Amino acid sequence: MLAAEATAEIHASTGWFLENAWVIPIIPAVAFVLIIFFGKKMPMKGSEFGVASMLASLVLAVGAAWQWIQRVDGVSHAAHSAVEEGAHHAAPFVGPIIREWTWWQSGGFEFGIGQHIDGLALTLLVVVAFISSLVQIYSLEYLRGDRRYTHFFAALTLFSAGMLCMVLAPNMVQLILGWEIMGLCSFMLIGHWWEEEANSRAALKAFFTVRVGDMGLLIGTGILFFSANNWTQANLGVSGFNISGLSAWAMSGDASQSALTWGAVALFVACIGKSGQFPLHTWLPDAMAGPTPVSSLLHSSTMVVAGVFLVGRLYPVFWEGMKIGDTNINFIVLIGGITIVIAALLAFVQHDIKKVLAYSTVSQLGYMMLGLGAGAWLPAIFHIFTHAFFKACLFLAAGSVSHSGSHHSFDMKKDMGGLAKKMPITATTWIISTLALAGVFPLAGFFSKDEIIDNVGHNGYTAFMIVGLSGAFLTAAYMTRATYLTFFGEARGAAAGEHHDEHDAHAAHVDHGAHDTHGAHDAHGDHGDHGPHESPKLITIPLIILAALALVAGLANATPFGSNWENFKKYVEPSSEYVMVESAVASGPGESIVVPAAEEGAKKEGCAVVAPEEGMACYFPTVSHAKFKWSKAALSLFIVAVGLVSSWLFCVQYYTRRNRRLVGLTERNTVLRGGYKLLWNKYYLDALYEKVIVRAVAYPIARAAYWFNQNVLDGIVNAAGKISRRVAGWVYRNIDQRVVDGAVNGSGAAARGTGGALRPVQSGKVNQYGALLFAAAAIGALILVIINT
Amino acid sequence: MLTAQFLLLGAVLFCIGVYGVLARKNAVMVLMSIELILNSVNLNLLAFSVRHGSVDGNTFALYIIAIAAAEVGVGLAMVLLIYRNRRTIALDDLSEMKG
Repeated sequence: MLAAEATAEIHASTGWFLENAWVIPIIPAVAFVLIIFFGKKMPMKGSEFGVASMLASLVLAVGAAWQWIQRVDGVSHAAHSAVEEGAHHAAPFVGPIIREWTWWQSGGFEFGIGQHIDGLALTLLVVVAFISSLVQIYSLEYLRGDRRYTHFFAALTLFSAGMLCMVLAPNMVQLILGWEIMGLCSFMLIGHWWEEEANSRAALKAFFTVRVGDMGLLIGTGILFFSANNWTQANLGVSGFNISGLSAWAMSGDASQSALTWGAVALFVACIGKSGQFPLHTWLPDAMAGPTPVSSLLHSSTMVVAGVFLVGRLYPVFWEGMKIGDTNINFIVLIGGITIVIAALLAFVQHDIKKVLAYSTVSQLGYMMLGLGAGAWLPAIFHIFTHAFFKACLFLAAGSVSHSGSHHSFDMKKDMGGLAKKMPITATTWIISTLALAGVFPLAGFFSKDEIIDNVGHNGYTAFMIVGLSGAFLTAAYMTRATYLTFFGEARGAAAGEHHDEHDAHAAHVDHGAHDTHGAHDAHGDHGDHGPHESPKLITIPLIILAALALVAGLANATPFGSNWENFKKYVEPSSEYVMVESAVASGPGESIVVPAAEEGAKKEGCAVVAPEEGMACYFPTVSHAKFKWSKAALSLFIVAVGLVSSWLFCVQYYTRRNRRLVGLTERNTVLRGGYKLLWNKYYLDALYEKVIVRAVAYPIARAAYWFNQNVLDGIVNAAGKISRRVAGWVYRNIDQRVVDGAVNGSGAAARGTGGALRPVQSGKVNQYGALLFAAAAIGALILVIINT
Repeated sequence: MLTAQFLLLGAVLFCIGVYGVLARKNAVMVLMSIELILNSVNLNLLAFSVRHGSVDGNTFALYIIAIAAAEVGVGLAMVLLIYRNRRTIALDDLSEMKG
């Protein structure tokens, strides 16, 4: 085959939406400023800016996604017709749309800002803009009458701006920028009702715990930058912050293994903090102190997947750094696996409906990490996509229950039960999402979670496949328990129409700052209905939309139905093709992507197996995909079914029939009692952090500081005082009295003498002054003339 | 030679101005004399500017015109205030600054 024939030039289509995707985060950022400055004067208290900006971002994101699909279709079509059939072992390379401007320069380093648009970025852009829009609409009703309504929308909008900014970051600097904006907004929104001490404590805990991880982000970025910068500058002409540059560097085979490993570990520590992985997951359940829309948007569907996104974004670095290609247990798989199980177990002992969902989120994030760590990139990213819909829906449904069903309580045991009849829409959407989360067949969770478990096993991590399967059982079981306690059985407390007096309500729900919405609740009294009822439309419509997506979102990558259904694989997964170095950096209209010839032999292996040649680069490792088999799916579906049914039967026996053999079992059986205590105390991790680590760090430091203060500092201060007093006495007697006073008196006398001598000059006559001036000027002119001649 | 004539005119004007400042008792006359001095300087600048064929001198002259206008404005305002308080603008009577 001739080289000219083999190298096919393919023009990738582009479009306005793809070229200008950087506008997407700008819109909510502008809206944030508008809300802050003009929000209170607007008829809807600033919320209109938030909702409008999110809808505008959504339109732009969807437009960009549409053009991306066109682009991929065009390239793959052209690639198939230009190159001989069978020559391509991987999908053709579709260049990301990278645009970068210089943000600032410092010490010879250039920090860019811009966009890096590819399938992954677009998936997240669409999901974030979509969920943000729905949650803002939901919040219009949920927070009506809140005392910081405007600030709530401002923070929510700023959060979206930060997340969108992070998602399309072309380099680590912009990624860190977005990451930190999200952290700040998370803090502000968790502490939205900061009058309750528990809420501000939760906000601080979230902020500081995540901060521990964020150290890793900075360190990891630094390690990668200093080890990659020379290579990327020489080969690609971009800085060591650039994400595609880092990817190519990691895959090039020139990278130092220790730099990659330590960089990946440091970055993963940041992901542990942000994505609530073991052992830094403790902040996430406490973060439920924020208003429910916040939990739904930040702490389930978008912000907490930032860590997963980071791993997915810099996947080549993690792939090479953690040696994901091998089947040995690596850091990411280990953390993901542990997180799945411990979080799922904790969900069983929670009384608070939102905490069940919080632990469920932690557990699902564990699945995503497990997938990424085991080489199942696509299923993990797909799980972000599906999980966002059903988990946001679950949280919003929980909010709907507390808003209209249980008098602002989130306690399943005290104030819920039997709500299915009173709140049919909320109950239906909740149940659909629950089944989707559990992974029941045609719903969204099945396609993503089952793919993760399947691929983890396929890639050789058999032990972790079993962990994933047991996690699926636990998920089904604890969600059934929460569903039963909330919507079935007999109604209890507020759900039964009991009205707490104001004081009790505060005591019971101190976690949630419920009093802020009491004003709104009192309006219900006007029509004499204090009992539970269905929520208004602004709440139910987002619920219905999300539940519909929980039903069908899985079809976006339905592997069981054949490769025609695998749209995520086609449009989102980056190609592991070798590409000419220029093509990924260049951007703009008319950009041409040169797909190099796939020669026989070594190149068949694909990226990550063989290092690319000179002048070539890899941007993504070759990941293998498990072949879908109904037999394997049947096993996991069976496990899920067992989980659902056994948990349902248990709940009926335990909570409704009060079966004597079951009730009180944790008090009678020592093993169970120990387990229950361990779970109830959350594995004593909080105690470990606060009582042991913080105390071990803080107390000796405090004591040492006190000792140092008393003995060293005070000693120095006292000695300094004594010495300075003596010195001062001597100075006063000798220097001050004799030298200084002498000088002062002398200068005074001198001034008086010269003043007297010059006094006649100040005649007070303007003409004389003028004469002096001109005389002086004339003399000066004369001197100049004499000197120059 | 044209330049020399301009310079000569400038020098004459300057001398008249200086004489006015020194000899006149009326504050307004003094201000007018100062204007003469400034304009003589302008003349010099323009003359040299023509000679060297550069616009620097013209620029300076424009600045000086603007500053002269401001200076006269301030000066006349002061004269007006002095007249209101004293009913005179004779400079000989204004010797409070005598040391």
